[in-house]
Amino acid sequence: MKTWRTPLDLDKVNVPRGRVMIVTDCCKGCSICVAFCPLQVLEMSETFNKKGYHPPVAAHEEKCVNCGLCEMICPDFAIFSLPVNGSPGEGHKQEKKVEEKP
Amino acid sequence: MNVAQEEHPIAPYLRMDRMPHMWCPSCGIGIVLKCFATALEKTKMDLDKVSVVSGIGCTGRTAGYVRLDSFHTTHGRAIPFATGLKLARPDLKVVVFSGDGDLLAIGGNHFIHAAKRNMDLTVILVNNFIYGMTGGQLAPTTPTSANTSTTPYGNFETPFSVPKLAEACGATYVARWTCLDVRRVTRAMQDALQRKGFSIVEVIAPCPVLYARRNKLGAGLEMLQYYKEKCEICHEAGTENLEIAFQDKIPVGKFVDKPRPTFQESMHEWYRSRLGDKYKTIE
Repeated sequence: MKTWRTPLDLDKVNVPRGRVMIVTDCCKGCSICVAFCPLQVLEMSETFNKKGYHPPVAAHEEKCVNCGLCEMICPDFAIFSLPVNGSPGEGHKQEKKVEEKP
Repeated sequence: MNVAQEEHPIAPYLRMDRMPHMWCPSCGIGIVLKCFATALEKTKMDLDKVSVVSGIGCTGRTAGYVRLDSFHTTHGRAIPFATGLKLARPDLKVVVFSGDGDLLAIGGNHFIHAAKRNMDLTVILVNNFIYGMTGGQLAPTTPTSANTSTTPYGNFETPFSVPKLAEACGATYVARWTCLDVRRVTRAMQDALQRKGFSIVEVIAPCPVLYARRNKLGAGLEMLQYYKEKCEICHEAGTENLEIAFQDKIPVGKFVDKPRPTFQESMHEWYRSRLGDKYKTIE
């Protein structure tokens, strides 16, 4: 994301990190996730899946902040993101899961 | 490449063994189904108490993909089946999930009368402006001048405006969003699920293969970018100003939210006042 100035407390902010997970065989290569990813993490790959479509690939995974937009907007339930171990987002998600179980 | 080993987070709500689903690449119905599953997750409803009824058409296939008690009914008759289900089992939350052709053309009269009676149903109407499954025929919501397989020189009819129709018939909750507004669609579905009475959420979704291709509008991605540019949120606009012209601005928002007694509430009240203790209900 482009900002007009660098935030003064940038070194103190603990940015969440995510891992992009792609369910390759569900993908239909519509490229909506590639177009709408706010940090341009994804790119279309050259490889084929089982059905002959080109699934996306996380070309710049280090940029992913686990915002979950790709998961929300994918029409084929083929992509989602999980927090990287030790990143601030993870504790939050784990707490939520424990609450939801009963 | 990270090939997912973990299960998709939405898997408890959908039948993942049936994926990949039958919808075309970049079809919007998958996004709407995802929003519905997220809304179920957020409202923390008892999944044994929710059932989905759908009609025929591309959107009608959602009944086969949700991990709930669901029923795929005959063409246009989703609302009558849902009405019967609701009357027999008042404890269930009945959701009608269907398309514009199914609910407004073949099932148009059922839609009008369910809204008039204020049946306690949640209707999710996926509006893709065309009959998708049967080959791109003119639907009652197709905008004027759009090309379909039965109007090859363009459509000269005036389309239905769903919020206007629903409000005029007596719906208690009416919202319209495009399938790009995922969070707002989810929020509207949560509201509709928690309301009593006839609540309807209209979701505009792209039909890339029949509507967009015939009208030379690109694929689903281009349609989503068109929604991003041309959507206008107008909660306070009256429902008479919500027509969608061909590739023109799309007014979206929550338009109606005024509760009134449902069919069952008024029926019980009426008969109790007339019959007294002789009247027994199944509630």
